[in-house]
Amino acid sequence: MDSKADFEPWPEAPAHPGQGAAGRAAAAADPAPGGGKYVASSVRGAAKILVVGPLGVGKTTLIGTVSEIKPLFTEAVMTRAGAAVDTPAQSTKTTTTVALDFGRITIDEDLVLYLFGTPGQHRFLPAWRDLAKGALGALALIDPRDVAASFDALGHLEDLDLPFAVAVNVFPDSPQHTEDELRMALDLLPGTPLVRCDARDGTSSNQALIALVRHLILAATESP
Amino acid sequence: MTNGPWERTSPVRPYVITGGRAESAGEPLSWESLIMATDAAFPATLQPEHLAILTHCQGLLSVAEVAAHLGQPPSVLQVLLADLLEWGLIVTRPPIPPAERADVTMLRKVLSGLESRL
Ligand SMILES: Nc1nc2c(ncn2[C@@H]2O[C@H](COP(=O)(O)OP(=O)(O)OP(=O)(O)O)[C@@H](O)[C@H]2O)c(=O)[nH]1
Ligand SMILES: [Mg+2]
Repeated sequence: MDSKADFEPWPEAPAHPGQGAAGRAAAAADPAPGGGKYVASSVRGAAKILVVGPLGVGKTTLIGTVSEIKPLFTEAVMTRAGAAVDTPAQSTKTTTTVALDFGRITIDEDLVLYLFGTPGQHRFLPAWRDLAKGALGALALIDPRDVAASFDALGHLEDLDLPFAVAVNVFPDSPQHTEDELRMALDLLPGTPLVRCDARDGTSSNQALIALVRHLILAATESP
Repeated sequence: MTNGPWERTSPVRPYVITGGRAESAGEPLSWESLIMATDAAFPATLQPEHLAILTHCQGLLSVAEVAAHLGQPPSVLQVLLADLLEWGLIVTRPPIPPAERADVTMLRKVLSGLESRL
């Protein structure tokens, strides 16, 4: 099945001179994917992966090292799903402000991938539902100095039925856990990838993403 | 304190910007949806917030990127974008729909894209 069939061609880029010319010129002058501010005009769709984990685990660092754009930041006011639409007379609409950072990777001439850093603290969990919608999967970062801090995030990924891989972000003072110890502590399914990474290193971070996508491919080919 | 149907607990500023509407009509564009300004002439009466979006969208950008560039929460942007879509001033490229999540072809594409960066 060819997923491209669902895509309609983009209209040509607007060409009124003067307005936004600097940005457009930069994009046009850069045939290499993803160099400029804008996504390449040949791109016809976007996919996303969430990068989740507790405070200070390295989400922003990892996104920054793999992103082709300077990681961007947005302060989202999220509404607990459903509260706004059903019974307004009774609902006290619950809003949470979530700081999200994100980066971009141009995959090829027609697909771009966004990485959204999603904080794992319990109060942010309602916000995940919207972000997880349509996500390919998630990379869960673990701080080996505080494995338990990731329990909320992992539990929530399972609740959302979002496939994930686990990356242990290695810090200099990390205790030396064996893979078995970590799997046991995190209660991982045997098929869930567990990799080590250094979020400050682009290759290492990219390899963690690759482990995730390999897992997603396996999961997609195994399921009926 | 009663909580009447007209009362909203959403922050004031987004409410003002979006002219009192907290939700747009259809399903809001997701954060990774790609948008771009069209070539259509826009009315002189366009709000500055709408205009700011158009000047940031001379090429393809995700909703999240436009939100970050403008310093607006995506929830506010989604409402303004719904207007611009309706007026034909932007076009949108929907994200990969959830049905395609398990599309192996697409995942393989992502995999080889990432591997090519090693
Ligand atoms: N040694 C080492 N330090 C790291 C690594 N990843 C991140 N750090 C450092 O850890 C600190 C926190 O990293 P961030 O990327 O800001 O973590 P975060 O998950 O975005 O944190 P919050 O947004 O606060 O939840 C920073 O000072 C990083 O430089 C790593 O792999 N190894
Ligand atoms: Mg961060």
